[in-house]
Amino acid sequence: MGAFLASNFMHNIFGGLAQGVIYSLVALSLVIIWQSTHVLNFAQGAMAMFATYVGLTEIGRGVGYWWCVIISVVVGMAFGGITERVLIRPLYGKPEINPIVVMVGFLGVIEAVTAGIWTSTTRNIPAPFSQIYYQYRGRLILLSPFVIFQIALAIGIMLFVAALFRYTKLGLQLRAAALAPEVARLLGVRVHRMLTIGWMLSAGVGAVAAVIIASGNFGLFPTDMDGVFVAGFIAAAVGGLESPMGAIAGGLLLGLVEQFILAYWSPSVAPLSGVILLVVALMVRPQGIFTRSVNRRV
Amino acid sequence: MGDEPTTEATLELTDVSVRFGGLLALNNISFGVLPNQIVGLIGPNGAGKTTAFNVACGFQKPSSGTVRFPALGKGALKPSELAKAGVARTLQGVGLFNNLSVLENVMSGALSRPGGGFLTSVLGLPHGLGMERGLRSEAMATLERLGIAKFAGSIPTGIPYGIQKKVSLARALMGKPKLLLLDEPASGLDESELEEFAHLITELRASMSVLLVEHNMDFVMPLVDELVVLNFGQVIATGTPSVISSNEDVLAAYLGVDE
Repeated sequence: MGAFLASNFMHNIFGGLAQGVIYSLVALSLVIIWQSTHVLNFAQGAMAMFATYVGLTEIGRGVGYWWCVIISVVVGMAFGGITERVLIRPLYGKPEINPIVVMVGFLGVIEAVTAGIWTSTTRNIPAPFSQIYYQYRGRLILLSPFVIFQIALAIGIMLFVAALFRYTKLGLQLRAAALAPEVARLLGVRVHRMLTIGWMLSAGVGAVAAVIIASGNFGLFPTDMDGVFVAGFIAAAVGGLESPMGAIAGGLLLGLVEQFILAYWSPSVAPLSGVILLVVALMVRPQGIFTRSVNRRV
Repeated sequence: MGDEPTTEATLELTDVSVRFGGLLALNNISFGVLPNQIVGLIGPNGAGKTTAFNVACGFQKPSSGTVRFPALGKGALKPSELAKAGVARTLQGVGLFNNLSVLENVMSGALSRPGGGFLTSVLGLPHGLGMERGLRSEAMATLERLGIAKFAGSIPTGIPYGIQKKVSLARALMGKPKLLLLDEPASGLDESELEEFAHLITELRASMSVLLVEHNMDFVMPLVDELVVLNFGQVIATGTPSVISSNEDVLAAYLGVDE
């Protein structure tokens, strides 16, 4: 068992999963917003990054790790809610390109403001668990307590969101408002409020991804989430954009593909793995891995 | 059937006119629905039935006149306020959520009830889950009452049209309405389904008032307590089905004077 866990193959599995759960979280956050408001939020990564910087600052003032996580998520959610109310709401019913342009601009603003406040130096949240990999008879197993925590936290968040959407009254309201706003309104659902809540949840999920990145070995810097956003978007697209399960699966798949290309093909091809996966996915299953049917109104 | 003048109407339209530009879609119409009464709104195509219906549920603002819900203690309502006030309406066609299961569609009829807000759901997930379970079993019971429980797990687009209409009715009933507005309940149903549907609606009289807009006279006649006949935006007759069926204006409107 130990020898198996220390094998090359499992190295890649663990490495791929650790990266994949981050992509899954970002993809999930994108899908939540896409489903409810049909906006592709280009500033998703930057918003999460900003929220995590606020949490980071608090850790500098001596609050513990968990408080930092909670602060980041709460700030992220507030940020998401305010963004929907102020920037997005006036654009409902306008051409779909409008919110995209606005959010691309907002992305630049957030990154500039963050660099202005906190400088562009990379910052770390001290990891709450050891980042030293386990070993088996002198051979490395690519798992550390922190990596296990990272995967568990991401899965926990995903299960929480899934339960919220699928098995609560709020979730039903959120889904009803997203699927047919007019009918939902007739049933007494406060549709606008649901859209705001959708953005809040989405931004909260995104903040968790940024916190994980900031607590890892590499830390966080203002433009850090750009690459992660692209990966998350590809994951969401592979999953079909409409399906939270598809987004999660897409993220994990992308993490694994990236890792295996890195290991078995070439490190210089690895950054392209997202594009490769996207092309293949669009050719084989353009409607997404888990999407049942396609009748999208645009 | 509740004709005492002391009874407050559930729905009351008084001197309602609706003007679309130069077109007078409704010309000073008045009618009411009393508690536990089934009222049918009929008339040839273009008579203003749908406009009158839309005025009642706030989709269309009257140019003049008033809409009130005296028995519910409400004046005119916006569409978003209907559910909470105890008014449910079904949509022409069916208006179900195509990506939700039949059961979830029916559950969504209870969304206007208080509880299950953001904080309770996010911070108190177990509580939220419990509340949802209650809703789920209630929706299941409603499906059973309409005899369509076996479709609970299906997606609306995959089931027969007649069943979809029942689902849509089940959803409306989940709001425990005092007034049910049915938009063409008979359209697209076959003979046996019509009979069943008529029977269901008759049973509802015990607990609510019903206003329905309908083309199909064979369906309406035995079902309703009172008919309101519209033609060219005016009420040309009001009365029990037996009175209406011998009214000459009505016969002319339906049989004779089509240009």
